[in-house]
Amino acid sequence: MSTLTLPAVRPVRRRPARAWLHTAVGILLVAVMLFPVYWMLNASLAPAGNSLNTGWLPLDPDFSGYSRALADQGQNLLTSLIVAIGACLLSLAIAAPCAYALAQLRIKGTGVLLFVVLISQMIPGIVIANALYTVYTPLGMINSIPGLILADASQGIPFAILIMRASLETFPTSIVEAARIDGCGHVRAFWSVVLPVSRNSLITAGIFSFLFAWSDFLMALTLTTGETIRPVTLGLYTYIGTNDTDWSAVMSTAVLSSLPAVILMIIAQKYVAAGATGGAVK
Amino acid sequence: MTAHQTDRRRSRRRDLMVRCAFVLPAALYMLAFFGYPIVKNLVMSFQAYDFSTFFNGRAPFIGLDNYAATLTDPIFLRALGNTGLFTLGSLAGQFVLGLALALYFRRRFPLSGLLRSLLLLPWLLPMIVSAAVWRWILEQDNGALNRFLEGLGLISDPIPWLNSSDTALIAVILVNIWLGIPFNVVLLHSGLQAIPEEVYEAGALDGATGARSFAHLTLPLLRPVVSVVLLLGVIYTIKVLDLIIGLTGGGPANATQTLATRSYEMSFVEFDFGQGAALSNVLIAIALAFSIVYLRANARAAKNG
Repeated sequence: MSTLTLPAVRPVRRRPARAWLHTAVGILLVAVMLFPVYWMLNASLAPAGNSLNTGWLPLDPDFSGYSRALADQGQNLLTSLIVAIGACLLSLAIAAPCAYALAQLRIKGTGVLLFVVLISQMIPGIVIANALYTVYTPLGMINSIPGLILADASQGIPFAILIMRASLETFPTSIVEAARIDGCGHVRAFWSVVLPVSRNSLITAGIFSFLFAWSDFLMALTLTTGETIRPVTLGLYTYIGTNDTDWSAVMSTAVLSSLPAVILMIIAQKYVAAGATGGAVK
Repeated sequence: MTAHQTDRRRSRRRDLMVRCAFVLPAALYMLAFFGYPIVKNLVMSFQAYDFSTFFNGRAPFIGLDNYAATLTDPIFLRALGNTGLFTLGSLAGQFVLGLALALYFRRRFPLSGLLRSLLLLPWLLPMIVSAAVWRWILEQDNGALNRFLEGLGLISDPIPWLNSSDTALIAVILVNIWLGIPFNVVLLHSGLQAIPEEVYEAGALDGATGARSFAHLTLPLLRPVVSVVLLLGVIYTIKVLDLIIGLTGGGPANATQTLATRSYEMSFVEFDFGQGAALSNVLIAIALAFSIVYLRANARAAKNG
Protein backbone atom coordinates (compact mmCIF):
# COMPACT_ATOMS: atom_id res chain seq x y z
CA MET A 1 0.00 0.00 0.00
CA SER A 2 1.30 3.41 -0.83
CA THR A 3 1.76 5.95 1.84
CA LEU A 4 0.14 8.57 -0.25
CA THR A 5 -3.56 8.44 0.33
CA LEU A 6 -5.61 9.73 -2.52
CA PRO A 7 -9.23 10.45 -2.01
CA ALA A 8 -10.94 7.24 -3.03
CA VAL A 9 -12.38 7.56 -6.48
CA ARG A 10 -15.91 6.50 -5.94
CA PRO A 11 -17.91 5.45 -8.93
CA VAL A 12 -20.93 7.61 -9.53
CA ARG A 13 -23.49 5.70 -7.56
CA ARG A 14 -26.79 7.00 -8.74
CA ARG A 15 -27.97 3.49 -9.30
CA PRO A 16 -29.20 2.33 -5.90
CA ALA A 17 -31.58 5.23 -5.45
CA ARG A 18 -32.87 4.83 -8.95
CA ALA A 19 -33.19 1.09 -8.57
CA TRP A 20 -35.28 1.57 -5.45
CA LEU A 21 -37.45 4.02 -7.35
CA HIS A 22 -38.04 1.25 -9.88
CA THR A 23 -38.93 -1.03 -6.99
CA ALA A 24 -41.44 1.50 -5.70
CA VAL A 25 -43.13 1.82 -9.09
CA GLY A 26 -43.02 -1.97 -9.45
CA ILE A 27 -44.76 -2.40 -6.10
CA LEU A 28 -47.39 0.10 -7.17
CA LEU A 29 -48.02 -1.77 -10.44
CA VAL A 30 -48.32 -5.10 -8.63
CA ALA A 31 -50.60 -3.51 -6.04
CA VAL A 32 -52.97 -2.28 -8.76
CA MET A 33 -52.94 -5.71 -10.43
CA LEU A 34 -53.57 -7.51 -7.17
CA PHE A 35 -56.22 -5.10 -5.90
CA PRO A 36 -59.03 -7.58 -6.64
CA VAL A 37 -57.24 -10.20 -4.56
CA TYR A 38 -56.90 -7.73 -1.72
CA TRP A 39 -60.52 -6.75 -2.10
CA MET A 40 -61.58 -10.37 -1.84
CA LEU A 41 -59.65 -10.72 1.41
CA ASN A 42 -61.01 -7.41 2.71
CA ALA A 43 -64.62 -8.26 1.90
CA SER A 44 -64.25 -11.73 3.42
CA LEU A 45 -63.49 -10.06 6.76
CA ALA A 46 -66.50 -7.75 6.62
CA PRO A 47 -69.52 -8.46 8.81
CA ALA A 48 -72.25 -10.66 7.35
CA GLY A 49 -75.09 -9.20 5.35
CA ASN A 50 -74.90 -7.45 2.05
CA SER A 51 -72.15 -5.18 3.32
CA LEU A 52 -73.52 -1.75 2.64
CA ASN A 53 -70.44 -0.13 4.05
CA THR A 54 -67.38 -2.29 3.56
CA GLY A 55 -64.42 -0.18 4.58
CA TRP A 56 -61.31 0.11 2.43
CA LEU A 57 -59.34 -1.54 5.23
CA PRO A 58 -60.42 -4.50 7.40
CA LEU A 59 -59.91 -2.52 10.60
CA ASP A 60 -62.44 -4.54 12.51
CA PRO A 61 -62.13 -8.04 11.07
CA ASP A 62 -65.17 -10.22 11.45
CA PHE A 63 -64.80 -13.96 10.89
CA SER A 64 -68.47 -14.84 10.66
CA GLY A 65 -68.16 -15.00 6.85
CA TYR A 66 -65.64 -17.80 7.25
CA SER A 67 -67.71 -19.75 9.72
CA ARG A 68 -70.69 -19.58 7.38
CA ALA A 69 -68.53 -20.47 4.39
CA LEU A 70 -67.10 -23.48 6.21
CA ALA A 71 -70.54 -24.60 7.33
CA ASP A 72 -72.02 -24.28 3.84
CA GLN A 73 -69.04 -25.18 1.70
CA GLY A 74 -66.83 -27.36 3.90
CA GLN A 75 -68.11 -30.53 2.28
CA ASN A 76 -67.62 -29.02 -1.19
CA LEU A 77 -64.05 -28.02 -0.36
CA LEU A 78 -63.38 -31.61 0.65
CA THR A 79 -64.93 -32.88 -2.60
CA SER A 80 -62.71 -30.52 -4.58
CA LEU A 81 -59.65 -31.69 -2.67
CA ILE A 82 -60.38 -35.37 -3.33
CA VAL A 83 -61.12 -34.74 -7.01
CA ALA A 84 -58.02 -32.59 -7.47
CA ILE A 85 -55.70 -35.07 -5.77
CA GLY A 86 -57.24 -37.90 -7.77
CA ALA A 87 -56.90 -36.03 -11.05
CA CYS A 88 -53.32 -35.08 -10.20
CA LEU A 89 -52.31 -38.70 -9.46
CA LEU A 90 -54.15 -40.03 -12.50
CA SER A 91 -52.53 -37.42 -14.76
CA LEU A 92 -49.04 -38.24 -13.54
CA ALA A 93 -49.61 -42.01 -13.74
CA ILE A 94 -50.76 -41.75 -17.34
CA ALA A 95 -48.55 -38.92 -18.53
CA ALA A 96 -45.15 -39.83 -17.06
CA PRO A 97 -44.66 -43.17 -18.86
CA CYS A 98 -46.01 -41.65 -22.05
CA ALA A 99 -43.69 -38.64 -21.86
CA TYR A 100 -40.74 -40.98 -21.29
CA ALA A 101 -41.71 -43.13 -24.26
CA LEU A 102 -42.19 -40.10 -26.52
CA ALA A 103 -38.83 -38.64 -25.59
CA GLN A 104 -36.64 -41.70 -25.24
CA LEU A 105 -38.07 -44.90 -26.71
CA ARG A 106 -38.33 -44.61 -30.41
CA ILE A 107 -41.62 -46.24 -31.26
CA LYS A 108 -43.20 -45.91 -34.67
CA GLY A 109 -46.33 -43.80 -34.77
CA THR A 110 -45.80 -41.97 -31.51
CA GLY A 111 -45.26 -38.74 -33.42
CA VAL A 112 -48.95 -38.80 -34.18
CA LEU A 113 -49.71 -39.08 -30.47
CA LEU A 114 -47.60 -36.02 -29.73
CA PHE A 115 -49.47 -34.07 -32.37
CA VAL A 116 -52.80 -35.21 -30.94
CA VAL A 117 -51.68 -34.12 -27.46
CA LEU A 118 -50.75 -30.66 -28.76
CA ILE A 119 -54.05 -30.22 -30.57
CA SER A 120 -56.08 -31.59 -27.66
CA GLN A 121 -55.13 -28.60 -25.52
CA MET A 122 -56.97 -26.39 -27.94
CA ILE A 123 -60.25 -28.29 -27.93
CA PRO A 124 -62.86 -26.22 -26.07
CA GLY A 125 -63.95 -27.89 -22.84
CA ILE A 126 -67.62 -27.56 -23.75
CA VAL A 127 -67.08 -30.08 -26.57
CA ILE A 128 -65.87 -32.65 -24.08
CA ALA A 129 -68.60 -31.81 -21.58
CA ASN A 130 -71.32 -32.18 -24.23
CA ALA A 131 -70.19 -35.66 -25.15
CA LEU A 132 -69.30 -36.83 -21.65
CA TYR A 133 -72.75 -35.97 -20.36
CA THR A 134 -74.37 -38.23 -22.93
CA VAL A 135 -72.05 -41.10 -21.98
CA TYR A 136 -71.93 -40.52 -18.23
CA THR A 137 -75.73 -40.51 -17.95
CA PRO A 138 -76.33 -44.14 -19.01
CA LEU A 139 -73.18 -45.26 -17.16
CA GLY A 140 -74.38 -43.69 -13.91
CA MET A 141 -71.25 -41.54 -13.71
CA ILE A 142 -73.05 -38.23 -13.27
CA ASN A 143 -72.54 -37.04 -9.69
CA SER A 144 -69.59 -39.33 -9.10
CA ILE A 145 -66.09 -38.60 -7.89
CA PRO A 146 -64.41 -40.98 -10.38
CA GLY A 147 -66.39 -39.34 -13.18
CA LEU A 148 -65.11 -35.92 -12.21
CA ILE A 149 -61.54 -37.14 -11.75
CA LEU A 150 -61.49 -38.69 -15.22
CA ALA A 151 -63.03 -35.59 -16.81
CA ASP A 152 -60.79 -33.11 -14.98
CA ALA A 153 -57.66 -35.01 -15.97
CA SER A 154 -58.40 -33.98 -19.55
CA GLN A 155 -56.58 -30.73 -18.84
CA GLY A 156 -53.79 -32.21 -16.74
CA ILE A 157 -52.79 -35.14 -18.93
CA PRO A 158 -51.87 -33.28 -22.16
CA PHE A 159 -50.12 -30.56 -20.18
CA ALA A 160 -48.17 -33.08 -18.08
CA ILE A 161 -47.14 -35.06 -21.15
CA LEU A 162 -45.78 -31.94 -22.86
CA ILE A 163 -43.96 -30.59 -19.81
CA MET A 164 -42.33 -33.92 -18.93
CA ARG A 165 -41.49 -34.80 -22.50
CA ALA A 166 -39.70 -31.47 -22.92
CA SER A 167 -37.50 -32.15 -19.93
CA LEU A 168 -36.89 -35.80 -20.84
CA GLU A 169 -35.79 -34.81 -24.35
CA THR A 170 -32.62 -33.40 -22.84
CA PHE A 171 -32.13 -36.40 -20.57
CA PRO A 172 -29.03 -38.30 -21.75
CA THR A 173 -30.02 -41.60 -23.35
CA SER A 174 -26.73 -43.11 -22.19
CA ILE A 175 -27.91 -43.16 -18.58
CA VAL A 176 -30.91 -45.29 -19.43
CA GLU A 177 -28.75 -47.47 -21.66
CA ALA A 178 -26.24 -47.98 -18.87
CA ALA A 179 -29.02 -49.09 -16.59
CA ARG A 180 -30.35 -51.41 -19.28
CA ILE A 181 -26.91 -52.99 -19.73
CA ASP A 182 -26.80 -53.54 -15.99
CA GLY A 183 -29.83 -55.73 -16.47
CA CYS A 184 -32.62 -53.28 -15.74
CA GLY A 185 -35.87 -53.86 -17.61
CA HIS A 186 -37.65 -50.93 -19.21
CA VAL A 187 -40.00 -50.61 -16.27
CA ARG A 188 -37.24 -50.76 -13.71
CA ALA A 189 -35.11 -48.24 -15.64
CA PHE A 190 -38.06 -45.90 -15.85
CA TRP A 191 -39.02 -46.23 -12.21
CA SER A 192 -35.63 -46.08 -10.52
CA VAL A 193 -33.54 -44.07 -12.99
CA VAL A 194 -35.73 -41.79 -15.09
CA LEU A 195 -38.35 -40.74 -12.55
CA PRO A 196 -35.96 -39.65 -9.79
CA VAL A 197 -33.89 -37.62 -12.24
CA SER A 198 -36.92 -35.91 -13.76
CA ARG A 199 -38.26 -34.98 -10.35
CA ASN A 200 -38.57 -31.28 -11.19
CA SER A 201 -40.80 -31.64 -14.19
CA LEU A 202 -42.80 -34.28 -12.36
CA ILE A 203 -43.50 -31.78 -9.57
CA THR A 204 -44.39 -29.01 -12.03
CA ALA A 205 -46.75 -31.33 -13.90
CA GLY A 206 -48.29 -32.51 -10.64
CA ILE A 207 -48.87 -28.97 -9.35
CA PHE A 208 -50.59 -27.87 -12.52
CA SER A 209 -52.67 -31.03 -12.86
CA PHE A 210 -53.84 -30.43 -9.32
CA LEU A 211 -54.62 -26.75 -9.94
CA PHE A 212 -56.45 -27.45 -13.21
CA ALA A 213 -58.75 -29.92 -11.47
CA TRP A 214 -59.15 -27.73 -8.39
CA SER A 215 -60.13 -24.78 -10.60
CA ASP A 216 -62.41 -26.75 -12.89
CA PHE A 217 -65.86 -25.29 -13.18
CA LEU A 218 -67.23 -26.56 -16.47
CA MET A 219 -67.11 -30.28 -15.65
CA ALA A 220 -68.54 -29.60 -12.21
CA LEU A 221 -71.33 -27.55 -13.76
CA THR A 222 -72.24 -30.10 -16.40
CA LEU A 223 -71.46 -33.46 -14.80
CA THR A 224 -73.03 -32.94 -11.39
CA THR A 225 -76.65 -32.20 -10.68
CA GLY A 226 -77.20 -32.48 -6.95
CA GLU A 227 -75.70 -31.18 -3.76
CA THR A 228 -74.05 -34.38 -2.58
CA ILE A 229 -71.08 -34.27 -4.94
CA ARG A 230 -70.38 -30.62 -5.62
CA PRO A 231 -66.91 -29.14 -6.09
CA VAL A 232 -66.38 -25.80 -4.38
CA THR A 233 -66.16 -23.90 -7.69
CA LEU A 234 -69.75 -24.85 -8.37
CA GLY A 235 -70.64 -24.22 -4.73
CA LEU A 236 -69.28 -20.69 -5.10
CA TYR A 237 -71.27 -20.16 -8.28
CA THR A 238 -74.55 -21.26 -6.75
CA TYR A 239 -73.69 -19.05 -3.77
CA ILE A 240 -73.49 -15.93 -5.97
CA GLY A 241 -76.67 -16.90 -7.75
CA THR A 242 -78.86 -16.60 -4.68
CA ASN A 243 -80.97 -13.46 -4.53
CA ASP A 244 -79.86 -12.22 -1.17
CA THR A 245 -76.13 -12.62 -1.61
CA ASP A 246 -74.14 -12.63 1.61
CA TRP A 247 -70.94 -11.19 0.15
CA SER A 248 -68.76 -11.84 3.18
CA ALA A 249 -69.58 -15.57 3.03
CA VAL A 250 -69.09 -15.57 -0.76
CA MET A 251 -65.73 -13.86 -0.45
CA SER A 252 -64.69 -16.15 2.39
CA THR A 253 -65.45 -19.10 0.14
CA ALA A 254 -63.48 -17.40 -2.65
CA VAL A 255 -60.50 -16.96 -0.31
CA LEU A 256 -60.67 -20.59 0.79
CA SER A 257 -60.86 -21.69 -2.87
CA SER A 258 -57.79 -19.61 -3.64
CA LEU A 259 -55.67 -21.12 -0.88
CA PRO A 260 -54.16 -24.01 -2.90
CA ALA A 261 -52.98 -21.63 -5.62
CA VAL A 262 -51.54 -19.19 -3.10
CA ILE A 263 -49.85 -21.89 -1.03
CA LEU A 264 -48.35 -23.58 -4.08
CA MET A 265 -47.14 -20.23 -5.38
CA ILE A 266 -45.35 -19.54 -2.13
CA ILE A 267 -43.82 -22.95 -1.41
CA ALA A 268 -43.18 -24.03 -5.00
CA GLN A 269 -42.48 -20.78 -6.82
CA LYS A 270 -39.75 -22.30 -8.96
CA TYR A 271 -42.00 -25.07 -10.27
CA VAL A 272 -44.93 -22.76 -10.88
CA ALA A 273 -42.73 -20.41 -12.92
CA ALA A 274 -41.43 -23.37 -14.93
CA GLY A 275 -44.97 -24.50 -15.72
CA ALA A 276 -46.09 -21.02 -16.73
CA THR A 277 -43.73 -20.86 -19.69
CA GLY A 278 -43.21 -24.55 -20.32
CA GLY A 279 -46.67 -25.26 -21.64
CA ALA A 280 -46.55 -22.70 -24.39
CA VAL A 281 -43.20 -22.09 -26.01
CA LYS A 282 -41.19 -25.21 -26.62
CA MET B 1 -34.79 -71.31 -38.08
CA THR B 2 -32.82 -72.19 -34.97
CA ALA B 3 -34.26 -72.18 -31.53
CA HIS B 4 -31.89 -69.37 -30.71
CA GLN B 5 -33.33 -67.12 -33.43
CA THR B 6 -36.92 -67.76 -32.41
CA ASP B 7 -35.92 -66.92 -28.89
CA ARG B 8 -34.39 -63.66 -29.97
CA ARG B 9 -37.36 -62.71 -32.08
CA ARG B 10 -39.66 -63.51 -29.21
CA SER B 11 -37.69 -61.37 -26.81
CA ARG B 12 -37.61 -58.53 -29.32
CA ARG B 13 -41.36 -58.71 -29.68
CA ARG B 14 -41.71 -58.76 -25.92
CA ASP B 15 -39.49 -55.71 -25.76
CA LEU B 16 -41.67 -53.86 -28.26
CA MET B 17 -44.76 -54.74 -26.28
CA VAL B 18 -43.25 -53.43 -23.06
CA ARG B 19 -42.29 -50.21 -24.79
CA CYS B 20 -45.77 -49.80 -26.24
CA ALA B 21 -47.23 -50.36 -22.79
CA PHE B 22 -45.69 -47.05 -21.75
CA VAL B 23 -47.78 -45.19 -24.32
CA LEU B 24 -50.90 -47.29 -24.15
CA PRO B 25 -52.70 -45.71 -21.15
CA ALA B 26 -52.21 -42.20 -22.55
CA ALA B 27 -53.30 -43.28 -26.02
CA LEU B 28 -56.44 -44.90 -24.64
CA TYR B 29 -57.23 -41.87 -22.51
CA MET B 30 -56.78 -39.47 -25.41
CA LEU B 31 -58.99 -41.67 -27.53
CA ALA B 32 -61.75 -41.81 -24.93
CA PHE B 33 -61.67 -38.23 -23.66
CA PHE B 34 -60.76 -36.30 -26.80
CA GLY B 35 -61.24 -38.55 -29.81
CA TYR B 36 -64.60 -39.88 -28.78
CA PRO B 37 -66.11 -36.49 -27.75
CA ILE B 38 -65.10 -34.95 -31.07
CA VAL B 39 -66.67 -37.77 -33.06
CA LYS B 40 -69.70 -37.80 -30.77
CA ASN B 41 -70.20 -34.05 -31.25
CA LEU B 42 -69.95 -34.46 -34.98
CA VAL B 43 -72.54 -37.25 -35.00
CA MET B 44 -74.88 -35.48 -32.55
CA SER B 45 -74.84 -32.35 -34.67
CA PHE B 46 -76.71 -34.32 -37.37
CA GLN B 47 -79.22 -35.79 -34.91
CA ALA B 48 -82.32 -34.65 -33.12
CA TYR B 49 -80.63 -35.26 -29.78
CA ASP B 50 -82.70 -33.76 -26.99
CA PHE B 51 -84.30 -34.38 -23.63
CA SER B 52 -86.34 -37.37 -24.82
CA THR B 53 -83.21 -39.07 -26.14
CA PHE B 54 -82.11 -39.64 -22.56
CA PHE B 55 -85.32 -41.56 -21.89
CA ASN B 56 -86.04 -43.51 -25.05
CA GLY B 57 -82.57 -43.54 -26.57
CA ARG B 58 -83.91 -42.35 -29.93
CA ALA B 59 -81.93 -39.71 -31.79
CA PRO B 60 -83.05 -39.68 -35.42
CA PHE B 61 -80.74 -38.26 -38.04
CA ILE B 62 -82.01 -34.98 -39.41
CA GLY B 63 -79.30 -33.98 -41.84
CA LEU B 64 -78.22 -30.38 -41.63
CA ASP B 65 -81.25 -29.15 -39.69
CA ASN B 66 -79.22 -28.33 -36.57
CA TYR B 67 -76.76 -26.26 -38.57
CA ALA B 68 -79.56 -24.50 -40.43
CA ALA B 69 -81.30 -23.71 -37.14
CA THR B 70 -78.04 -22.51 -35.60
CA LEU B 71 -76.96 -20.29 -38.48
CA THR B 72 -80.35 -18.59 -38.78
CA ASP B 73 -80.71 -18.04 -35.04
CA PRO B 74 -80.29 -14.30 -34.30
CA ILE B 75 -78.69 -15.20 -30.96
CA PHE B 76 -76.03 -17.18 -32.84
CA LEU B 77 -75.10 -14.13 -34.89
CA ARG B 78 -75.01 -12.06 -31.74
CA ALA B 79 -72.83 -14.68 -30.05
CA LEU B 80 -70.50 -14.84 -33.03
CA GLY B 81 -70.09 -11.06 -33.03
CA ASN B 82 -69.56 -11.01 -29.27
CA THR B 83 -66.97 -13.79 -29.51
CA GLY B 84 -65.08 -11.68 -32.05
CA LEU B 85 -65.27 -8.51 -29.94
CA PHE B 86 -64.44 -10.37 -26.75
CA THR B 87 -61.42 -12.04 -28.32
CA LEU B 88 -60.08 -8.94 -30.08
CA GLY B 89 -60.68 -6.63 -27.12
CA SER B 90 -59.18 -9.06 -24.62
CA LEU B 91 -56.15 -9.76 -26.75
CA ALA B 92 -55.41 -6.13 -27.52
CA GLY B 93 -55.63 -5.13 -23.86
CA GLN B 94 -53.75 -8.13 -22.50
CA PHE B 95 -50.99 -7.80 -25.03
CA VAL B 96 -50.36 -4.07 -24.71
CA LEU B 97 -50.46 -4.07 -20.91
CA GLY B 98 -48.60 -7.38 -20.72
CA LEU B 99 -45.83 -6.08 -22.96
CA ALA B 100 -45.59 -2.84 -20.99
CA LEU B 101 -45.23 -4.78 -17.74
CA ALA B 102 -42.79 -7.26 -19.28
CA LEU B 103 -40.61 -4.36 -20.49
CA TYR B 104 -40.78 -2.73 -17.09
CA PHE B 105 -39.80 -5.91 -15.29
CA ARG B 106 -36.95 -6.59 -17.67
CA ARG B 107 -34.89 -4.12 -15.66
CA ARG B 108 -33.13 -5.48 -12.67
CA PHE B 109 -34.03 -3.81 -9.43
CA PRO B 110 -34.46 -5.00 -5.86
CA LEU B 111 -37.43 -7.41 -5.51
CA SER B 112 -38.09 -7.47 -9.28
CA GLY B 113 -38.20 -11.27 -9.35
CA LEU B 114 -40.55 -11.49 -6.40
CA LEU B 115 -42.87 -8.81 -7.78
CA ARG B 116 -42.95 -10.49 -11.18
CA SER B 117 -43.95 -13.81 -9.68
CA LEU B 118 -46.66 -12.10 -7.62
CA LEU B 119 -48.13 -10.88 -10.90
CA LEU B 120 -48.86 -14.52 -11.74
CA LEU B 121 -51.43 -14.85 -8.99
CA PRO B 122 -54.57 -13.83 -10.95
CA TRP B 123 -53.72 -16.50 -13.49
CA LEU B 124 -53.47 -19.25 -10.86
CA LEU B 125 -56.77 -18.52 -9.14
CA PRO B 126 -59.80 -20.53 -10.23
CA MET B 127 -61.56 -18.47 -12.88
CA ILE B 128 -64.85 -18.68 -11.04
CA VAL B 129 -63.19 -17.10 -8.01
CA SER B 130 -62.11 -14.15 -10.14
CA ALA B 131 -65.62 -13.93 -11.53
CA ALA B 132 -67.09 -13.79 -8.02
CA VAL B 133 -64.63 -11.14 -6.87
CA TRP B 134 -65.18 -8.95 -9.93
CA ARG B 135 -68.90 -9.31 -9.62
CA TRP B 136 -68.58 -7.77 -6.20
CA ILE B 137 -66.20 -5.04 -7.40
CA LEU B 138 -68.48 -4.17 -10.32
CA GLU B 139 -71.65 -4.31 -8.27
CA GLN B 140 -73.81 -1.30 -9.00
CA ASP B 141 -74.62 0.11 -5.58
CA ASN B 142 -71.79 -0.96 -3.29
CA GLY B 143 -69.12 -2.14 -5.71
CA ALA B 144 -65.61 -0.82 -5.24
CA LEU B 145 -65.31 0.54 -8.77
CA ASN B 146 -68.39 2.73 -8.63
CA ARG B 147 -67.48 3.91 -5.14
CA PHE B 148 -63.99 4.76 -6.35
CA LEU B 149 -65.24 6.63 -9.42
CA GLU B 150 -67.86 8.48 -7.40
CA GLY B 151 -65.26 9.39 -4.81
CA LEU B 152 -63.13 10.95 -7.51
CA GLY B 153 -66.18 12.77 -8.84
CA LEU B 154 -65.84 11.10 -12.24
CA ILE B 155 -69.39 9.80 -12.26
CA SER B 156 -72.49 11.08 -10.53
CA ASP B 157 -74.69 8.01 -10.93
CA PRO B 158 -73.48 4.48 -10.31
CA ILE B 159 -72.89 2.54 -13.53
CA PRO B 160 -74.69 -0.82 -13.79
CA TRP B 161 -71.57 -2.47 -15.24
CA LEU B 162 -72.86 -6.02 -15.49
CA ASN B 163 -76.57 -5.28 -15.55
CA SER B 164 -76.81 -3.06 -18.59
CA SER B 165 -76.51 -4.43 -22.10
CA ASP B 166 -74.50 -1.32 -23.02
CA THR B 167 -71.67 -1.95 -20.59
CA ALA B 168 -71.75 -5.69 -19.82
CA LEU B 169 -69.57 -6.81 -22.71
CA ILE B 170 -67.04 -4.07 -21.99
CA ALA B 171 -66.94 -5.04 -18.32
CA VAL B 172 -66.47 -8.72 -19.16
CA ILE B 173 -63.66 -7.84 -21.57
CA LEU B 174 -61.95 -5.68 -18.92
CA VAL B 175 -62.05 -8.53 -16.43
CA ASN B 176 -60.67 -10.95 -18.99
CA ILE B 177 -57.85 -8.52 -19.79
CA TRP B 178 -56.97 -8.54 -16.11
CA LEU B 179 -57.00 -12.35 -16.14
CA GLY B 180 -54.82 -12.61 -19.23
CA ILE B 181 -52.12 -10.11 -18.32
CA PRO B 182 -50.02 -12.57 -16.25
CA PHE B 183 -49.85 -15.07 -19.09
CA ASN B 184 -48.73 -12.35 -21.51
CA VAL B 185 -46.18 -10.98 -19.06
CA VAL B 186 -44.63 -14.38 -18.44
CA LEU B 187 -44.23 -15.32 -22.09
CA LEU B 188 -43.16 -11.88 -23.30
CA HIS B 189 -40.74 -11.52 -20.41
CA SER B 190 -39.06 -14.81 -21.24
CA GLY B 191 -38.96 -13.71 -24.88
CA LEU B 192 -37.29 -10.45 -23.89
CA GLN B 193 -34.76 -12.30 -21.73
CA ALA B 194 -33.77 -14.36 -24.76
CA ILE B 195 -32.62 -11.26 -26.67
CA PRO B 196 -28.87 -11.00 -25.98
CA GLU B 197 -27.57 -7.84 -24.35
CA GLU B 198 -24.94 -7.45 -27.11
CA VAL B 199 -27.67 -6.67 -29.61
CA TYR B 200 -28.59 -3.57 -27.65
CA GLU B 201 -24.95 -2.64 -27.11
CA ALA B 202 -24.28 -2.86 -30.84
CA GLY B 203 -27.49 -0.94 -31.52
CA ALA B 204 -26.49 1.78 -29.08
CA LEU B 205 -23.24 2.27 -30.97
CA ASP B 206 -25.29 2.84 -34.10
CA GLY B 207 -27.46 5.35 -32.31
CA ALA B 208 -30.43 3.08 -31.60
CA THR B 209 -31.54 3.80 -28.04
CA GLY B 210 -34.86 4.25 -26.30
CA ALA B 211 -37.85 4.17 -28.61
CA ARG B 212 -35.73 3.49 -31.66
CA SER B 213 -34.08 0.46 -30.14
CA PHE B 214 -37.53 -0.80 -29.15
CA ALA B 215 -38.94 -0.36 -32.66
CA HIS B 216 -35.92 -1.58 -34.61
CA LEU B 217 -34.42 -4.19 -32.28
CA THR B 218 -36.83 -5.38 -29.61
CA LEU B 219 -39.99 -5.74 -31.66
CA PRO B 220 -38.49 -7.53 -34.68
CA LEU B 221 -36.55 -9.92 -32.45
CA LEU B 222 -39.60 -10.56 -30.31
CA ARG B 223 -41.83 -11.29 -33.28
CA PRO B 224 -41.81 -15.10 -33.08
CA VAL B 225 -42.79 -14.96 -29.41
CA VAL B 226 -45.41 -12.29 -30.13
CA SER B 227 -47.12 -14.45 -32.73
CA VAL B 228 -47.14 -17.42 -30.35
CA VAL B 229 -48.59 -15.29 -27.55
CA LEU B 230 -51.31 -13.84 -29.75
CA LEU B 231 -52.31 -17.11 -31.38
CA LEU B 232 -52.42 -18.97 -28.06
CA GLY B 233 -54.38 -16.00 -26.75
CA VAL B 234 -57.01 -16.45 -29.48
CA ILE B 235 -57.24 -20.18 -28.85
CA TYR B 236 -57.64 -19.72 -25.08
CA THR B 237 -59.96 -16.72 -25.33
CA ILE B 238 -62.56 -18.06 -27.72
CA LYS B 239 -63.28 -20.94 -25.37
CA VAL B 240 -63.59 -18.87 -22.18
CA LEU B 241 -66.76 -19.93 -20.45
CA ASP B 242 -66.35 -19.94 -16.66
CA LEU B 243 -65.74 -16.24 -16.48
CA ILE B 244 -68.74 -15.19 -18.53
CA ILE B 245 -71.10 -17.67 -16.88
CA GLY B 246 -69.89 -16.44 -13.50
CA LEU B 247 -70.10 -12.72 -14.29
CA THR B 248 -73.25 -12.39 -16.38
CA GLY B 249 -74.46 -15.82 -17.48
CA GLY B 250 -74.37 -14.50 -21.04
CA GLY B 251 -76.84 -11.75 -20.25
CA PRO B 252 -78.33 -9.24 -19.97
CA ALA B 253 -80.39 -9.95 -23.10
CA ASN B 254 -77.53 -11.99 -24.64
CA ALA B 255 -75.22 -8.96 -24.50
CA THR B 256 -72.32 -11.16 -23.38
CA GLN B 257 -73.38 -14.40 -25.06
CA THR B 258 -70.45 -16.05 -26.89
CA LEU B 259 -70.23 -19.23 -28.94
CA ALA B 260 -68.98 -21.15 -25.92
CA THR B 261 -71.67 -19.93 -23.52
CA ARG B 262 -74.39 -20.37 -26.14
CA SER B 263 -73.26 -23.92 -26.80
CA TYR B 264 -73.43 -24.63 -23.08
CA GLU B 265 -76.87 -23.04 -22.87
CA MET B 266 -78.18 -25.02 -25.85
CA SER B 267 -77.04 -28.34 -24.44
CA PHE B 268 -77.46 -27.96 -20.72
CA VAL B 269 -80.20 -25.37 -20.30
CA GLU B 270 -82.40 -26.00 -23.33
CA PHE B 271 -81.35 -29.66 -23.49
CA ASP B 272 -80.94 -29.56 -27.25
CA PHE B 273 -77.65 -31.44 -27.55
CA GLY B 274 -77.95 -31.57 -31.33
CA GLN B 275 -77.83 -27.81 -31.71
CA GLY B 276 -75.37 -27.50 -28.86
CA ALA B 277 -73.07 -29.87 -30.73
CA ALA B 278 -73.51 -27.97 -34.01
CA LEU B 279 -72.49 -24.78 -32.23
CA SER B 280 -69.50 -26.34 -30.54
CA ASN B 281 -68.38 -27.71 -33.91
CA VAL B 282 -68.30 -24.15 -35.21
CA LEU B 283 -66.15 -23.36 -32.19
CA ILE B 284 -63.85 -26.34 -32.88
CA ALA B 285 -63.44 -25.28 -36.50
CA ILE B 286 -62.32 -21.81 -35.45
CA ALA B 287 -60.03 -23.17 -32.72
CA LEU B 288 -58.44 -25.69 -35.07
CA ALA B 289 -57.83 -23.10 -37.77
CA PHE B 290 -55.90 -20.98 -35.28
CA SER B 291 -54.21 -24.06 -33.83
CA ILE B 292 -52.71 -24.95 -37.17
CA VAL B 293 -51.40 -21.43 -37.63
CA TYR B 294 -50.10 -21.58 -34.07
CA LEU B 295 -48.28 -24.89 -34.52
CA ARG B 296 -46.58 -23.49 -37.61
CA ALA B 297 -45.60 -20.27 -35.88
CA ASN B 298 -44.34 -22.25 -32.91
CA ALA B 299 -42.24 -24.52 -35.11
CA ARG B 300 -40.78 -21.42 -36.72
CA ALA B 301 -40.10 -19.84 -33.31
CA ALA B 302 -38.37 -23.03 -32.15
CA LYS B 303 -36.23 -23.10 -35.27
CA ASN B 304 -35.15 -19.47 -34.96
CA GLY B 305 -34.79 -19.41 -31.20
